[in-house]
Amino acid sequence: MTKQHVAFKLNGKQVDVLVEPRELLVHTIRESLSLTGTHIGCESSHCGACTVDLDGKSVKSCTVLAVQANGSELKTVEGLADAEGLHAVQQAFIEEHGLQCGFCTPGMLIRAYRFLQENPNPTEEEIRWGMSGNLCRCTGYQNIVKAVQSAAQTLQKA
Amino acid sequence: MIPAQFEYHKATSIQDAIAQLGAHEESKLLAGGHSLLPMMKLRFAEPPHLIDINGIEELRGIRLDGDTICIGAMTTENELIQSEILQQHCPLLVEAARLVADPQVRNRGTIGGDVVHGDPGNDHPAVMLALDATLVLHGPDGERQTPANGFFLGTYWNDLQEHEILVELRVPVIKKGVGHGYHKLKRKTGDYAVAASPVVVELDGDVCRDIRIALTNVAPMAIRAEAAEAILRGKAIDEALIDQAAREVVAACEPAEDLRGDALYKSNMAAEMARRSIRAALQQARG
Repeated sequence: MTKQHVAFKLNGKQVDVLVEPRELLVHTIRESLSLTGTHIGCESSHCGACTVDLDGKSVKSCTVLAVQANGSELKTVEGLADAEGLHAVQQAFIEEHGLQCGFCTPGMLIRAYRFLQENPNPTEEEIRWGMSGNLCRCTGYQNIVKAVQSAAQTLQKA
Repeated sequence: MIPAQFEYHKATSIQDAIAQLGAHEESKLLAGGHSLLPMMKLRFAEPPHLIDINGIEELRGIRLDGDTICIGAMTTENELIQSEILQQHCPLLVEAARLVADPQVRNRGTIGGDVVHGDPGNDHPAVMLALDATLVLHGPDGERQTPANGFFLGTYWNDLQEHEILVELRVPVIKKGVGHGYHKLKRKTGDYAVAASPVVVELDGDVCRDIRIALTNVAPMAIRAEAAEAILRGKAIDEALIDQAAREVVAACEPAEDLRGDALYKSNMAAEMARRSIRAALQQARG
C-alpha cells in the first residue's frame, strides 16, 4: 500500500509524516512523532486514555486514522504547559490529587482542557457527563471531579 | 490493534463518493468510523478500499423546511445535541443523541453512519422508526426517498442498494398534541443499550390518534412493537392499557443472549423502557 504524506500542526508546530493509510493517529503521535504522553489503553474507543484535541474537539486518537488528521490542528497533553508553567488543569490535578497510577491522566487533562472551554462554569453533574468518555480505574473519580471544579475556578479568575 | 491494509480515498462530493464506490470493488464508506474502524481493527471487516466522506460539507447540517427537519447524514451526535432546531422541534433526537456513547465518540459518530451501519445496538434506527422518518438516498441512478419503516431488514442488512449513499434524514417537527419519549437502559457509559425505546404519540383530546413504539437491541434489527401500538391506538391511554401494551412489547422481542442479560431479562427491560417512554410521551403531548 502506498504511504501518504500527512501534514498537520501539532502543539503549534507544523509536522509532516509519511504514514500507511491503516495507521491510527495515536501510533503516529507516539511512534513517528515521539510524543508518548498520549496513552494507548483499551484500543477500542472506550477508555479515553488516547484522547487528543483535533481542530478544537476531543477525539479518541485510537479510532481516527492518521491520514484523516491531514491539514488539522492537533493538541496533545504535551501542548498544555507553556513557558509560564503548567496549565491550570494540570496544576489542579496535582493539588486535588486527581490521579493515582497516572495512566489515564494525559487523556483526563486534555479532555478537561477542552471541556472547560465548552462549559467554563460546570456543575458537578455536568463535569461527570462531560468527562464520561475517560475511564479511571484508581481514583473512583471523586478527586478528578474536584480537580476539574478547581481548574474551572482558576480559569474563571484568569 | 491495527486494521488490515487498505487504500484510502477522500471523496470531495456526493457524486464523487458514488463514483468511487463504483470504481473500487468491495469498498466501504468511512463516516465517523467509530463502528467501522473498531471492526477493522478486530479484522471482522477488511475492506480493500475506504472512501472517506468526512470532507463533504453538503452532507452536514440541520435545516428546517416547512414542517420537516432535514438532517445531513454526516451530522455528528454532538451537533444533534447542540442544534437549536432539534431542541425546539424534535426533542426525541436530542435525548437519544445524549445517551449515545460518550463525548469524544459523539464528536466523530454521525447519525447517518449509525442509521445504516446495521448493528442492532445502534440507537438511531429505532428513533427513525418512531419519528416515521424518510431516508434520502443517492445512487448511480439518482435520488430516491424511502420511509425508515421497512428499511431495516436484519443485522448488517438494510435496503441500501449497491453504490448508494445515505444523504439526508427527514423527520417531522413536533406539533401541538404530539409527544416524544425516550428511555434507554445501559450498563455503563459507552455500552450499547440493554434495551431502549423511543415513542411518539399523537393525541386528539384524550384519545390516542396514533402511536409508534420502537425498540433498540432486542431483535436482529430495530423494530416497531406493532401489536402494542394497536392496543393503544384509538383509546384514552391509562395505566391498565399501558400494562397490556407492555406485555405485547415483551412478545415482540427476540433478543440475543449476551453479557447484558438473557432473553427474558432483556425483553422485560424493553417493555419497561417502552412503558416509561409512553408515559413521558403522553405527558409531553398533553402539554
